[in-house]
This record gives sequence, structure tokens and C-alpha cells, in this order.
Amino acid sequence: MTAVAGTAAGPSALMPYDEAVAAYDPVLGLEVHVELGTASKMFCGCATEFGAPPNSQTCPTCLGLPGSLPALNRTAVESAMRIGLALNCQVAEWCRFARKNYFYPDMPKNFQTSQYDEPICFDGWLDIDVETDEGVLPFRIEIERAHMEEDTGKTSHLGGATGRIHGADYSLVDYNRAGIPLIEIVTKPVAGAGRHAPEVAKAYVTALRDLLRSLGVSDVKMEQGSLRCDVNLSLRLSPEAPLGTRSETKNVNSLRSVERAVRYEISRQAALLAGGGSVVQETRHWHEDTGLTTPGRSKEEAEDYRYFPEPDLVPIAPSREWVDELRATLPELPAQRRRRLQAEWELSDFEMQSVLNAGAVEVIEATIAAGGSIAGARKWWMGELARVANERGVELAELPVSAADVARVEALVAEGQVNDKLARQVLDGVLAGEGSPDEVVAGRGLAVVSDDSALGAAVDAAIAADPDAAQKVRDGKVAAAGALVGAVMKATRGSADAARVRELILERLS
Amino acid sequence: MSASTTDLIYRTAAGLSDSLAAGDVSAVEVAEAHLDRIDAVDGRVHAFLHVDREGALAAAKAVDARRAAGEPLGPLAGVPLALKDVLTMQGVPTTCGSRILEGWRPAYDATVTRRLKDAGVVILGKTNMDEFAMGSSTEHSAYGPTRNPWDLDRIPGGSGGGSAASLAAYEAPLAIGTDTGGSIRQPAAVTGTVGVKPTYGGVSRYGLVALASSLDQAGPCARTVLDAALLHSVIGGHDPLDSTSLDLPVPAVVDAARQADVKGLRIAVVTELGGEGYQPGVRQRFEESVALLEGLGAEIVEVSCPHFPYALAAYYLILPSEASSNLAKFDGMRFGLRVGDDGEAGVDEVMSRTRAAGFGDEVVRRIMLGTYALSAGYYDAFYGQAQKVRTLIQRDFAAAFEAADVLISPTAPTTAFRLGEKLDDPLAMYLNDVATIPANLAGTPGMSLPVGLAPEDGLPVGLQIMAPAMADDRLYRVGAALEAALADRWGGPLLKEAASL
Repeated sequence: MTAVAGTAAGPSALMPYDEAVAAYDPVLGLEVHVELGTASKMFCGCATEFGAPPNSQTCPTCLGLPGSLPALNRTAVESAMRIGLALNCQVAEWCRFARKNYFYPDMPKNFQTSQYDEPICFDGWLDIDVETDEGVLPFRIEIERAHMEEDTGKTSHLGGATGRIHGADYSLVDYNRAGIPLIEIVTKPVAGAGRHAPEVAKAYVTALRDLLRSLGVSDVKMEQGSLRCDVNLSLRLSPEAPLGTRSETKNVNSLRSVERAVRYEISRQAALLAGGGSVVQETRHWHEDTGLTTPGRSKEEAEDYRYFPEPDLVPIAPSREWVDELRATLPELPAQRRRRLQAEWELSDFEMQSVLNAGAVEVIEATIAAGGSIAGARKWWMGELARVANERGVELAELPVSAADVARVEALVAEGQVNDKLARQVLDGVLAGEGSPDEVVAGRGLAVVSDDSALGAAVDAAIAADPDAAQKVRDGKVAAAGALVGAVMKATRGSADAARVRELILERLS
Repeated sequence: MSASTTDLIYRTAAGLSDSLAAGDVSAVEVAEAHLDRIDAVDGRVHAFLHVDREGALAAAKAVDARRAAGEPLGPLAGVPLALKDVLTMQGVPTTCGSRILEGWRPAYDATVTRRLKDAGVVILGKTNMDEFAMGSSTEHSAYGPTRNPWDLDRIPGGSGGGSAASLAAYEAPLAIGTDTGGSIRQPAAVTGTVGVKPTYGGVSRYGLVALASSLDQAGPCARTVLDAALLHSVIGGHDPLDSTSLDLPVPAVVDAARQADVKGLRIAVVTELGGEGYQPGVRQRFEESVALLEGLGAEIVEVSCPHFPYALAAYYLILPSEASSNLAKFDGMRFGLRVGDDGEAGVDEVMSRTRAAGFGDEVVRRIMLGTYALSAGYYDAFYGQAQKVRTLIQRDFAAAFEAADVLISPTAPTTAFRLGEKLDDPLAMYLNDVATIPANLAGTPGMSLPVGLAPEDGLPVGLQIMAPAMADDRLYRVGAALEAALADRWGGPLLKEAASL
């Protein structure tokens, strides 16, 4: 077993991943914060639009001015319950908000209104499919709780070299985000993932993101912070051993980072333990650029949040009728939908997984809805368009081509108006912003020319230009016609139907 | 001061309302009479922290114009009022008696303020108070104490000493107070005025700078029970901006005050709120009032509320706990005082310096108590236990209201004490609220009204009436009956006895 040495000041010592997971059993815990997409904030009527000018979406309540009071957003409560129900949670018959007290300038009241020991939803699960080098493994993630809280303001530290609070000349706070409703979803300890722990973590966050999107409760954009993830990780010697001391890694703000951060923490903690040391219970910060975590607050320095029930809000007691109504009106969830589509499209598990991996489910579904076939939709989205998306580094849905465009291209091929090769050029034109497929065909003159009168002139010209070849064909050397066909195709810039050109040449020279 | 203006300041709100409606006097004249009185006496009383002369006159002028235009106006349109400085009023300084809010002019009205303005009530200014309503003497104001108009060497009660004193000094016929543990009722008792703490949730707390959210309640202060009722019905009622506000109609308090009849009512004396620790003159006047009520046809019974003796201890855990959190927002970052921002100090340091400079000793004491009581490992023993006591007190009330329609007790154990007398003894100061605190813990309404002067010191004594939640009307029914009987006996209102300023 080898551990890469590190100094106290420098990067942490790491144990190679395979060795680490051979020696230790990792246990995960994931805390995901979701910003709800409600029109107004959790406790006041302020708008929640992303990117508005700083502090333009504020009022006495979300600025925490003296005398202001919170008034609960019913839609936020409803969203919280829908999320809980979609995660197979119980919905509390009675619960309260609590104040989490700590001083920080991004907290206008110097306490956060959150939930503590009485979450609105608890005890659920989410079944996920984890893609591994051993194939797709099903995995159940147990959900501890989903609770409501308000977001904080956003602080920018200016004038320093690092953009962090230490060394900054001054800081600015934007309270537009303060009071935006958040749901925090916390898993129970996730054990049994073994060496696949990083993939399990990523698959869970991905599945959760898709679930939240299907519920329409959030735009779940990790890069804009509307979905944020903290990763807890501990190691133990064997699955039978008690849980080890965990670290809590914050600021893990992309799906890829979730996987990397777990992998990193496994290697870091393994090196510590193997070296005879122990893991410190602390929060750590993930650095996307370097792929490292660095220590934040340790448990000893951790704040005592002095939680107590929020006296400015009344308890929430959702009626069972309300809960049943919400349960009954849940939309089709991603896992159900996936099974339904796979059956409808008659795809194998492998084929369906490829569609999922390409992020092509929605676009294929939309293409079929626009009149395309599953074969055609898969062919274009998973082939040519996947290649372009990959080149551009964007999602399929972000390409400037619509499902209707793809369906139309398929139709053009089926109608014989373009061939496969031209169809690629049509898509090229659409992607280049030249308009709809039909406009591109017209604009670029791409239609397959099968009209005899138009082709006739080109054929006559080719025969006149190459009398030797023409004579050979007349003499029965039909293979010589190839040169003439090539000449016609060249003259028509490939838009002619080659088979028809050949027929016309043979007719004329027979 | 002309004879007619002198007369105006001694009138009740109901009397002024009639004269204003009849066109005998204009709102501007009424406002000017009171502003002149403030100019004449407030240098000695110090009931006001801020007098909004221009705003008051403009509001009075607007009422006169509306009346001239024939617009329908509420009964209190044109009647002046003193607003406790713990409620926000747009553009007018709101300090809560603290340095830390020095210079803050709120951008918004409290719901109570908004309702007063909508009713045409003329707000004269903001009244003095113990800092953040923490105290029973108004000596904890960062801007100096208010003096009791009955004896300028004595306290006017607290925290709403400014509001109560403004009434007793005839600077205003109406005032707004807030009551967390007795801050409306105890000042009313020691100044010979009427004060009502409505049912918790009966009056919106939006714009009331919170001391202890689960206990705070704004309410009316006046010189008569009917005036208090008129004010109560203006400020009461549901407010969607306050989640703890009750979505129920305001009890028919004005009708009850006019009914003024206790025949057949069961009135209970609370065993635990009397006897030892209560000044002889306070007990004497209380007992006379009980006899008077019996003579008016009430059935007098005695009830025991066995957990009331634990109320004070529970209160001094719940209040500081909530206050420590409510007062966290005063950090110099967004409004009010900022100290030590020298370009070198970091944000934590500036917050710390600001709070050290901006908060007085009593506030610091309670923040520390509350922070401790909520700390990990102590929560169950302190805050949790106190909440259990609170439940027991609510059950005591529930049982007592099975046996009686209202409960009565002395409002405070003593008459007004001397300025400085209890300033260095917080526990003695806290004991002033021993009889008023149970109603705050239970969320039930209570009223204090004057029932005479203690023979030993010639200072006013208050009687407290307590009713079940949302039965505030019973306070007015009993209070008005007792008030009328006492006035008959005295040949006029008690305040006539106060030394003239």
C-alpha cells in the first residue's frame, strides 16, 4: 500500500483510489439544496428572478428590517410536499419552522428561518440506476428528510487577490437571493456502494435533478446555484464496522464534481487512516479548478446555532386531503417515464441506456411527437447532432435545431427530396441559422434533381463534352457511363439523383 | 393657553370625537392644543422622544378637509394619539429607546400605524420606553427616563412609561403601547390610566420591533375604558402580514364598554396574585373594588392558579431566548448605528463594536441570558422546561375560566416607586410584572384600570381584569362598570386628583 506524501501546508496525501476502496468501505451522505422556482420569496412578496440588478428584489421582510415579519408562501410549502411525495416520503401532520442563529452579513436577520427537528417530509427513498464498468446497477438511496428554509444573500469579496473574504478590501451583499425558498434534501447514510461510491453519488444527484425538473418546482441549474450539493463521506474498515468520522465537502457544484469530490475524499481519508491518523470532523471546500478539497470549520470551532421554534410563524399542519390531492396530481416521474418510453420505442436496455447517456430522451420524444420515427430520431440525434453538440460542448437541447426540424429532415429523406448526404447539409444549414429545413433546401439549392428536363440539359452537355465515353457506351461498354454520370453530378453539385442520371444517359446512348 | 384649549386637553377621546363630528372644534385646533401642552410640560415629563408637529398638523388638516368635503369619517378621526417608539412610522425616527437605532427612519408603517392613519387619528409623536421594551420603569431608555406626572420623582412604569405618562400629563387622550410582560398594564396602573393588552394575535405585530415574538402584543392606552375600546376597534383585526394574527372579527369592545354591566357575571379573584408582597394600599383598594363589583351584581368567587408562581421564571427564559435572536439583526450593517468602521476592522469586529456601543446594560443582560438558555446542552433544561411551564399556565387559565367569566388581581404589587430605587436590582424590577406575565404566557387579554390611590403614598393603584382569548369584550364590560361605580364614589375621574403640572 502506498500513500503519496504531503506536507501540512501543501496538498493532502492521497492513496491511489483502487487501493483505498480495497482497504476501506466508503459511506456517503448527500445534502442537496434546491432553490424553488416560485414567483415570490419564501416569506415575502418579492420577485425571485435570477440576474436582476443587485438589491432590486428586496423589501423590509427579506432585508430583515426592524418590525418586519415573515408570511409563508403557500406554493413553496406545496412544492416541498410534492418533492417529498415524489421521493416516497411521509408528509408531517404538524411541523414548525425553527431559527438557526448565526452572525453573517449575508443573513439579514442574523438567523436563518429553517426547519430543525420537525421537517415537513421525512423517511423516503429514490431508486436510481448507476452506470458502472460492471454495467447498470440498481441502487436505492434512503431519504432522511426534505425540509424548507430560506436562502441567504450573496456576498462578493472585492479588492483581494483570491475573491475570498480574507484579504478582501471590502465586500458587497446582494439580498435579491435572501429569502428565496430552498428545500434541503438529506439522505440517510448511503452504504454498500463500495468502489462505485463516486458513481452512485453522481447518479443520485442526476436522478434527483431530473426528478425535480419533472416536478417543475425548480430550474435545477447547478451552474446558477439553483441546485447545490454537499457531500459527506466517511470510511470504515468493513461494512460491519461502525461508521467512521465524516467530512462534509461543500461547494460541489457540478455533476462531474460530485463524482470527483467523492473520489478525492476517499483517497484523502484512506491515506490519513492508513498513516495512523484520524479523520477530523470538519467542513471542507471543493475546488473545481484544482480538484482538491481544503479544510473549513472543524467541529470544535463549529457554531452552536441555538435552534428554537420560529415564533413569528404558525405551525404547518397540511390536511391529509391536501396531501392526497398533491400525491394524485404528481406528474409522471422520470423512472416511470423511462420505462414507458423504452417499451413504446421497443428499445433494448442497452439502447435505452445509450439514449439516456446522450441526454437524448426529451429531444427524441419531441421529434416523434413532431411526426418523426424512433429510428430516424435516434439516427439524427445520436449521430450527426450528438457529434456537433459534443464539438460545441453543449447539451443536445441547446443546439439551435428543433425537434420539428429533425422530423422534417427525416420526412424530406422519406419523400426522396434529399438523400442522406444532402440531409446532413440541410441540418448543417439549420445549425448555421439559415432557417428551417425547407428554407435551407431552397437557399442552398439542395433538392435532389430528378426532374428530367432539368437533368436532360446537363446530360446532353456531358455527352457533348466527352464524345469518347459516349461512343464507348454506344458500343455496349456500359461501365464507361460512370464518367458521364460523374460529370453530371459535378455539374449539378451533387443534387442530382445519380440513378436517374444513369438511366437518362443510357436512354440517350442506346 | 386659552381657556378653550385648556379644556380640549382634558377631554376624552369620545368627547373630542363628538365635538369634532359636530364641527364645534377642528382637528387642527385639537392637535395644536395638545402640541402646546407637550411644549409646556414635556420638558419635565419627557414622555416623548420625538414630537412630529408638522406631520400631526398636516394629518389634522387633512381630516378637517375630508370632513368639510362630507366624507364619512371614523369616530377617532382628528383625535390625537401618542405612539410608542417601538412601532415603525414611515419617515419618522423609530429608536425603541436604543442608541443602536439612532438615525433610523423606517421606510414603512407598522400595520397599527397604517390603521391609525387610515382612521384619521392624528399621531403627535413617538413616546419614550425602556430600551427595546426591556424594563418596568422607563429608566432603561437610552434617552433618559420619563417621569410620572403624579410625582416627578417617581417612575411612570415601563416599558411603556412614555405612552402612559403622556395620558396622565394630558399631552394626548390616546396612546399605543405594547405589552410583552405587562408593559401596557403596569404603566397604566402606576399612572392612573387605562391600558389593555389584547388577545395575542388580536392586533397585528407587523412593524412592531420585536422583543419576544410569542409574547408581544400592541394595545390601546387611554384615560377611560370607552376610549380604550374605541382605539382597540381601530387597531384590531386580521393582518395577512402577521402570520400569528388571528383571522377573526374584533370582539365587540365598544358595545361592551357602553354596556358596562356586571350583573350575573362570575368574577374570580386569583389566590396566587395577592397577599404577601403586595403593598397594603394596593390590597385595600383592590378589596374595595371587589366589594364594589359584588354590589353591582357580580358573583365573586376565588380560583387558584397553582402554576402562576412559576410564570416569572418561565418568562425570564422565554423572553431572553427570543429576544437574543430578535435583536441579532442590530449589527450596524444595514441600518442605524455603526461604530468602529475605520477601514481596518473586519465585519465581525464592526458588528461587535456597534453592538457593544449601541446596547444598554439591560439589553446586554437579556441577550446573554437568552443566548445561554438556547445553547446546545442547555436548551431542554431552560427553554424547553419554560415552554412546559407555559403550557401549565395555559391550563390554569383554562380551568379558571371554567369557574369564572373573568379573573381579577391587582395589576402591580406596588404603586410607582422612586426613580433609581430598583435600577441596580434587576430581580426586584422583574417582580413588578408578577401579576401581568401570566396573561402574556397564555396569550389571553388583560386590562388595567385605576381603582383609587394608596392611602400610604397617595399614588394610583391599578386593578387587572383577565379574560379568555378573544373575549376581550368582557374586559371592557367589567372595566367600564367598575369605572362608572368608582367615578360615582369619587365624584369624577381619579386623574382629577393628580397634581397639576
